[in-house]
Amino acid sequence: MGASQARTEHPYQDLMDKTGCNDMFGSKEDLASIPALDNNPLRKQIITAFFDKRNQHENQVGFFEEIGFEQFVMVMSHFRAPTLKTSEEEREVMRKEKLRFLFNMHDTDNDGTITLEEYRKVVEELLSKSGALGLEAAKAIADAAMLEVASTNVPHMAPDDFYEGITFEHFEQILKGLEMETRMHIRFLDVDTTTMRCGKTTS
Amino acid sequence: MPTGSGWLSPAGSGRSLPGRGLLLLTVLVLLEGTVFRLGAASTPDVSGHDTKDHHKATAIGHNSTKKAFPVLDLDYGHIQTPFEISLWVLLASLMKLGFHLIPRLSGIVPESCLLIVVGLLVGGLIKIAGEKVPPVLDSRLFFLCLLPPIILDAGYFLPIRPFMENLGTILIFAVVGTLWNAFFIGGLLYAVCQIQTGNSSELNGLGLLPCLLFGSIISAVDPVAVLAVFEEIHINELLHILVFGESLLNDAVTVVLYHLFEEYSGVGTVTVMDGFLGIISFLVVALGGVLVGAIYGILAAFTSRFTSHTRVIEPLFVFVYSYIAYLSAEMFHLSGIMALIACGAVMRPYVEANISHKSHTTIKYFLKMWSSVSETLIFIFLGVATVDGPHFWNWTFVTVTVILCLVARVIGVVGLTYIINKFRIVKLTTKDQFIIAYGGLRGAIAFSLGFLLKEDHFPERNMFLTAIITVIFFTVFVQGMTIKPLVELLAVKKKQEAKRSINEEIHTQFLDHLLTGIEDICGHYGHHHWKDKLNRFNKKYVKKCLIAGERSKEPQLIAFYHKMEMKQAIQLVESGGGVKMPSAMPSTVSMQNIQPKKLPPPKTVERALPQLPKGREEEIRKILRSNLQRTRQRLHSYNRHTLVADPYEDGFDKFILKKQKIIELENKIKEMNNYLTVPAAPTDSPTMSRARLASDPQAFSVKPDSDSVPIIQVDLASPQSPDTVNVMDEFRRADQEENQGLMMRCPRGPSEPKKSEDTEGARDQQKLMRCLSDPGPSADEDEDEPFLP
Repeated sequence: MGASQARTEHPYQDLMDKTGCNDMFGSKEDLASIPALDNNPLRKQIITAFFDKRNQHENQVGFFEEIGFEQFVMVMSHFRAPTLKTSEEEREVMRKEKLRFLFNMHDTDNDGTITLEEYRKVVEELLSKSGALGLEAAKAIADAAMLEVASTNVPHMAPDDFYEGITFEHFEQILKGLEMETRMHIRFLDVDTTTMRCGKTTS
Repeated sequence: MPTGSGWLSPAGSGRSLPGRGLLLLTVLVLLEGTVFRLGAASTPDVSGHDTKDHHKATAIGHNSTKKAFPVLDLDYGHIQTPFEISLWVLLASLMKLGFHLIPRLSGIVPESCLLIVVGLLVGGLIKIAGEKVPPVLDSRLFFLCLLPPIILDAGYFLPIRPFMENLGTILIFAVVGTLWNAFFIGGLLYAVCQIQTGNSSELNGLGLLPCLLFGSIISAVDPVAVLAVFEEIHINELLHILVFGESLLNDAVTVVLYHLFEEYSGVGTVTVMDGFLGIISFLVVALGGVLVGAIYGILAAFTSRFTSHTRVIEPLFVFVYSYIAYLSAEMFHLSGIMALIACGAVMRPYVEANISHKSHTTIKYFLKMWSSVSETLIFIFLGVATVDGPHFWNWTFVTVTVILCLVARVIGVVGLTYIINKFRIVKLTTKDQFIIAYGGLRGAIAFSLGFLLKEDHFPERNMFLTAIITVIFFTVFVQGMTIKPLVELLAVKKKQEAKRSINEEIHTQFLDHLLTGIEDICGHYGHHHWKDKLNRFNKKYVKKCLIAGERSKEPQLIAFYHKMEMKQAIQLVESGGGVKMPSAMPSTVSMQNIQPKKLPPPKTVERALPQLPKGREEEIRKILRSNLQRTRQRLHSYNRHTLVADPYEDGFDKFILKKQKIIELENKIKEMNNYLTVPAAPTDSPTMSRARLASDPQAFSVKPDSDSVPIIQVDLASPQSPDTVNVMDEFRRADQEENQGLMMRCPRGPSEPKKSEDTEGARDQQKLMRCLSDPGPSADEDEDEPFLP
């Protein structure tokens, strides 16, 4: 991870110096105060993800109170894109990494599975900006999605078996078709520093 | 369109050999008959004269001698033109039928090639019969009648998400690539002509401008040919949208270049000023076309908002508005193709939210039918026009043209990809580049544009036409036939056939929001930021205007989910509601497997049925089966949700409405004081069952007050939650209070909610039967994309 950190660190170093937002990283309130995030239904989850120790790849669990620059960049490194030179194995590793990030966002109690309750929460949050109808439908949608995961991964369950939750392997399986390594990226290496305001926009 | 052909082939392959032979023979005989009729029909003057003389004769005859009253008379001139048109269409359709009876052939040779060969045959036959070949690929007929259906079909079902993601790449290929092709081919041809001073005098007279004009005609990749060939090779979505998008968007460039060089060919020179005006003209043509299309698209969407009472003519609005958009754009010499694409793409999300399911099916099938017939006719006419067209074969010109086309395409693609890859995340590999270069097929548009040239301005017109036809034949035959084996050989990624699952949909949405959030944290106004802004604008203002009723507030994910439910329900009905399980879910996992154990187990409720006496059970099972309910064995599965949701749209909408009301009432109840005691009604309370069954067909045949009413599960998450039951009571009361709120168009007042729902149920059942007699749309996942998904 050190190499990737070095690659992404430099533009950010320049950036931080140029825009002078050295005090941006801090507590959750700082991040939460970014006005542009207000319209985002996933606001809380995204902010939590920055403070999640699991995303630092140091085998720790729990949450930080404050994060510094390295932790920020660590989280951002999940959003790199593969280049033409990335080999097939590296792509696999990248994909696993990104899927792990998503999995951690869903698995809030860190028991290694996404239970039905957690999944319902996810769908509810997605539909949270859509009014009252969203909640009823959210339950139905989450149930259907869970059923789908169960049927694709464990096709033959007796009527009395209980499917505890989506494990990471099952999660990988159902999102196989989405090609995460190319979808989950932002172009922050090409970022034009003049348009970056480090979240302190007035809009 | 190959979707149609895929549909037919299983039937054909099942026939026996003599049967097939007989059918082929019939087809050939019909062919002969039509050919002679067509040949004879091309000499209208003769038959016209006959009838005129005949009339005159009878007129005169009246005065002088009385002729016998003609019992049977032949008046061909009367019906000539529509008859000819119908014969051509019939010929095209029979040819399509015929090809799929020969399974081996249709696997090796693409349909377009076979059709051109048929056209050659027909043209040859007409010529042998001594008749004059009708000018079938007349430019007006082509551009005004044959091309629009194909383009509308492409535009309406354009997969918006991949198109928008790759828009930059597509535009660069379309604009810069076509310009490069045109100038390269035109310039080098001129150079070759200058070199050929001694040998052929015809080439000498070829000026620079006619060469450039020829270059601009021949350089454009043709959407019809690309569609015809690429549909059959099932290549991956990215490459398909790149080549296809390029073929659509290069129309603007072609139009501008064509008009520019045509205008100034007479004068002889093109100044820098003209070039500059040309660039401005290009922007006007392209953006103007898109604007015209978008305006008509919005008009169509707005009109469809009010069609809830006249569902029958809904498809007509889609077709007519689109066609008028095309004609309006053509009127101003703007890009008609871009107008049509913009119109279809803009109107689709709103129109689909407004129209009924049957109208949607109608639109889909009509578009596919028209575009299929159009495409077939175009290729046949190409063959006929080849036989007929005035040819002037010049070895040098033709061979140089073919070689230059290939070379220009390859250089253009490789060069542009090198530049484009610097800006793309998903880089284009060498394999991709090869397919893009190889897929640059020319087609009938080039021929029609050449045909449009006036003989007096362009003495070399015939030579041009010959060269154009040669290039078309080369690309369609050679490249069309070899692209499939090459795709296999190079192991190019194919289209993924997997259905869009709800998990993928959830995570696509999740990713969109996540990436937007990350971009916001960085303060970076990237791709996702603007998309998100556009979506919010769309939701807040545009959807309210253009979508009728409650559906304007429906979020994307829910709309997707409802669509899936509908599809499942229809699939369920088609599978007969019998013993067979739908193939999509070959698993025994059911809702109860994923229910957390701490909730009251649903078992007591599900097992309610076995407590019924045997006789009742049979009766109920029969009722259930005939009303698209599953039998007891299959109540445990995914479709439990869809069982109660109505598979037909009006009831469905009402159901959604009811759900909403339920939620509002729930909220109201929560707000009210908590001292309301909630009576826990038993699960098979008549209230609940009545409310549930009310929207089912044949509700009237089940006595609502009997205890043995079958229980259909609805809300598995909380099967016995007191909330639900209480709400039912509230709901009933609310039903009675509100005047016409939840009533389904009942003439009687709200005092008899039960009965009104029953009669509605009866009517609904008939509607349902009619709905189900149509096999419904095939699972085409392309059209499921919501606006800016």
